[in-house]
Amino acid sequence: MATHESTFRPTTRFGKWLDARLPLPRMMHGQFVEFPTPRNLNYLWTTGGLLTFFLAVQILTGIVLAMHFIPSAADAFNSVEHIRRDVNYGWLIRNMHAVGASMFFLAVYIHIARGLYYGSYKAPREILWIIGVVILILMMATAFMGYSLPWGQMSFWAVTVITNLFSSVDSIIPGLGTRIVQWLWGGYSVSGTTLTRFYSLHYLLPFVIVGAVGLHIWALHAVGQNNPTGLEIKTASDSVPMAPHAVMKDAFALSVFVLLFAWFIFFAPDYLGHADNYIEANPLSTPPHIVPEWYFLPYYAILRAIPNKLLGVVAMFAAIIILCFAPWLDTSRVRSCKYRPIYKWFLFLFIITVIALGYLGSKPPEGAYVYWSRIFTAYYFMHFLIVMPIVGVMETPSTMPRSITESVLGRGGAPTPAKAAAAPERR
Amino acid sequence: MQREANLASHTGDGSSRRDFIVIAAQAFAGVGAAIALWPFIQQMNPDASTQALASTEVDLSPVKEGQAITVVWRGKPVFIRNRTPEEVKAAVEVKMAELADPSARNDMLPEKAPATDGNRTKPKHGNWLVLVGICTHLGCIPKGQSLTDAKGEYGGWFCPCHGSHYDTAGRIRKGPAPRNLEVPPYEFTSDTRIKIG
Repeated sequence: MATHESTFRPTTRFGKWLDARLPLPRMMHGQFVEFPTPRNLNYLWTTGGLLTFFLAVQILTGIVLAMHFIPSAADAFNSVEHIRRDVNYGWLIRNMHAVGASMFFLAVYIHIARGLYYGSYKAPREILWIIGVVILILMMATAFMGYSLPWGQMSFWAVTVITNLFSSVDSIIPGLGTRIVQWLWGGYSVSGTTLTRFYSLHYLLPFVIVGAVGLHIWALHAVGQNNPTGLEIKTASDSVPMAPHAVMKDAFALSVFVLLFAWFIFFAPDYLGHADNYIEANPLSTPPHIVPEWYFLPYYAILRAIPNKLLGVVAMFAAIIILCFAPWLDTSRVRSCKYRPIYKWFLFLFIITVIALGYLGSKPPEGAYVYWSRIFTAYYFMHFLIVMPIVGVMETPSTMPRSITESVLGRGGAPTPAKAAAAPERR
Repeated sequence: MQREANLASHTGDGSSRRDFIVIAAQAFAGVGAAIALWPFIQQMNPDASTQALASTEVDLSPVKEGQAITVVWRGKPVFIRNRTPEEVKAAVEVKMAELADPSARNDMLPEKAPATDGNRTKPKHGNWLVLVGICTHLGCIPKGQSLTDAKGEYGGWFCPCHGSHYDTAGRIRKGPAPRNLEVPPYEFTSDTRIKIG
């Protein structure tokens, strides 16, 4: 986006010396200070900053926890209790890490819903969107492997159920699925060997996420941010510099979100977890009711809605992968749902569907729960495969402002002096 | 151009010796990289110490009729049930057409063997049912071993995770599991002892 002359002026001798050799401060200034952000961004655009914050929190607390955790079947459970009870501030750091994972997913789901509502996946942001889906998948893999580490009953049985998903390959090539699962386990069942390898990968993947986030931000800064109107920045008055405008807004939203984070850490650290995970893993006894962490419940409901093992697994993975195709499935030429009077309601229905699937995923797989899981699973896929292409063609978009500036200031663009005097800025 | 022509002696169809060398070098490096990758993949498979724990001996004499025990073989639970005559009768009378999975799933029999009660047990020990106690859906341990457990609609085992029902021969009858519970390789070393594996 460097279409204009950089305002970066190193003042010190060292600054000038460095600028001629490694212009990193110049790049940071260009990308994170004077980077033009649309002037009409709402608070949903602060989730990107939140996510960066939580990635940093998870890595920082994770590195500390790794100093005290022992990744073996015999010691893992006790070492987590040791962290909670004996290590100085271990209770705090462990709670930050466990609750942080939930906050990370809460923020990412808001972030994705925003992208869907304002059409942020549409051209020219397809690659940006797909990298986002890749980050989501990496986050899920990391969270899943991290959840195995305390080696409680839920940890153990979550690993058993999820790794067994791959045994469904047996129904295509007999024996191959079992081989894959034994390869993942390093044995004939989930064991300490499995725990140790998951620990290794759980430490690795966050850094892969950091790399993917770098690409995500690079792609974002190459095409520019979307905004509530879905219009591109056309003139200088459509944008404001990222610092201080967007940065201050991000900082305020972060402060509010961190209040929620802190409330969970200090007052309800186990509310988002499951009590059974404080029972040490027992390979000979399955808990009566296995549920994943809340952020996986919608996918779990889809898995259980389908009575065929292989198709259930395929549907569960397809539910995430299908997001990648949204840029091409949506045929509307309008990005933002603000100007899409019909599709808007279908999108709300989709969001309700995901929440309903989350509720159904937490219930036992019987009776009416299965019935409704099937209805909502059907809508989940219909939304992408039928609603997106058809509504995009049929719908007449409502009247749009001609520019971002007009959406903020009304017709006539910049306020005239007379108008400005009549409506002084509210302070 | 003159120099290039000297370096690479062109053949009629436009390909050169240099093309061949480049392709050969790339193929060589590719095969080398693939071979170097193999140990890094293979190290994740079950190791020698895991494979060594191959067999388990079990004394069946304390297991009374109608009771069941769970033993561990290769880290997996194995269900051993001393079935009542009614349970055996129920399992024998099932028509093959009613079964979701027609294969005996007996490690000692070929894949095509039908899932009759006889093919799921040992001759002369028809009351004893020995199964790997892992649901063939996603690996939970089905309920039904203890007398107070829910045993499902077919009186065998019920997997609470995703609702699979197994009958008194451990065959899948209802729910998402695709296969009958697996019969591990085992033999009777005496009338009251078996060796699994």
